[in-house]
Amino acid sequence: MASIRLSVPATAKRGDVIELKALIQHPMESGYRRGSRGEAIPRNIITRFECRYDGETVFAADFHPGIAADPFLTFHTRATRSGPVLFRWTDQHGESWQETAMLTVT
Amino acid sequence: MTERVSDTNRRHVLAGLGALAVPFVDFGTQAFAQTRARIVIVGGGFGGATAARSLRRLLPNADITLVEPNPTYTACPFSNLVVGGTRDISAQAFTYAPLVQTGITIIHDRAIEIDASRKEITLGGGASLTYDRLILSPGIDFRWGAIEGYDQSAAKRAPHAWKAGDQTVLLRDQLAAMEDGGLVVMSVPAPPFRCPPGPYERASLIANYLKTRKPRSKLLILDHQDRFSKMPLFKEAWAENYPDHLEWRGASDDGRVSRFDAASLTLSTDFDDIRADVANVIPPQKAGEIADRAGVADATGWCPINATSFESTLQNDIHVIGDATIAAPMPKSAFSANLQAKICAIAVARLVSDMAPEPTILANTCYSFVTPDQAVSISGVYSNALGQFSSIEGAGGLTPVGAMSNVRSAEAAQAEAWFAAITGEAFG
Repeated sequence: MASIRLSVPATAKRGDVIELKALIQHPMESGYRRGSRGEAIPRNIITRFECRYDGETVFAADFHPGIAADPFLTFHTRATRSGPVLFRWTDQHGESWQETAMLTVT
Repeated sequence: MTERVSDTNRRHVLAGLGALAVPFVDFGTQAFAQTRARIVIVGGGFGGATAARSLRRLLPNADITLVEPNPTYTACPFSNLVVGGTRDISAQAFTYAPLVQTGITIIHDRAIEIDASRKEITLGGGASLTYDRLILSPGIDFRWGAIEGYDQSAAKRAPHAWKAGDQTVLLRDQLAAMEDGGLVVMSVPAPPFRCPPGPYERASLIANYLKTRKPRSKLLILDHQDRFSKMPLFKEAWAENYPDHLEWRGASDDGRVSRFDAASLTLSTDFDDIRADVANVIPPQKAGEIADRAGVADATGWCPINATSFESTLQNDIHVIGDATIAAPMPKSAFSANLQAKICAIAVARLVSDMAPEPTILANTCYSFVTPDQAVSISGVYSNALGQFSSIEGAGGLTPVGAMSNVRSAEAAQAEAWFAAITGEAFG
């Protein structure tokens, strides 16, 4: 199972711009490399990332083979209301991993 | 079982290869006897001391001077046993008296400036020295501030202990003073750094100390690397010996420390702020400062050399050996420095006698203790032909994973023998 790390402030003032960070351990194997015996290493990549803040998508990204292993994203959003911040990664086979942090807005 | 036997045999073969360099040293003495060249060596560690002694034997009539600020040398290999509380720091100390007895001039001062065009060295005390050939063995210095907040004063709170001596003792004493239940945090830099398996040996011996003396405490390793030297062997030893006392977090799992707060002993990664009771921050490194002053370090902070002659590719008549060099695939180790010193001494002796340096075979073995009486090792064999280092494929090897404990005990005994041999060779 991939290890996920999130950085979401526990609290923020309404209207503040907050920084969100997310890292997932994943090989992001491009499909272009060959192993030590010359065999092709099959592609194995995450293709989609989404961040939902209280149900609303605030950031999303499509990943392609050029993205390095263990993708690490930093982005910003505006704190509007208290609620869950959900991060979800989906790979080329449709398998997905997700984790949620709670944000309290004062 | 057969595999284990062949691996052990392979290492005996390697030890033989390393020893080959010694007869070489005496080989050309007669041809070299005429020269009265003036050769200065800066830095009296495993590289510099060995170079001075080798040159003394090779060039009986030359003027050999070693510049080293410290009256005693404190060896890094085995110093992790001091940190772990099972070895006395006095066992790490060596003096230069035997070198003086063989007619090597030792100046206990610091080289602060080197003018390659005038072939002149300025010493901290104000005196200056000239040379025909200079050998620099400056070891490493730290990139202070590369981890934000980790500078020389922070190192007094959170020792690096990556140069043996007071720092080693400070880390040992901090561990001894820590209350049971404390958290020890070690930060490992990105390569290249001195002694690639060193952090993991230290981690093993700290975990051993915690397990036996402070069993409610724990060591967390925050690492800039995802893979490291002898990783399967260390991981095996950790799972077996320290499952509750050691946690390793690699680069891709948020292991990179980017900030340090000395007041609160807090190490910060991208996602975490971790407060330590004892912090051991091993900072990113570069060649010893004097390499910069001499103009032999490049933009990487390390020294490019011609592998056959060890002469700097940036300055004429200056040779560089040991940790400061770009010598990959050879690791930055005392073993490498010692052997490089011998090969470099021969190259310098030939050059001052109007002969061209010749390529040879080099080897390295790094022993690492995983408990106070068990060790694992990795060996490599290298060529320095055509001015480049390269690994000799199929030579060298590692302690097998899954070896019985008597194999690791035998490795520990070999490590002890190696330490006695190498310190004997460098310091007499």
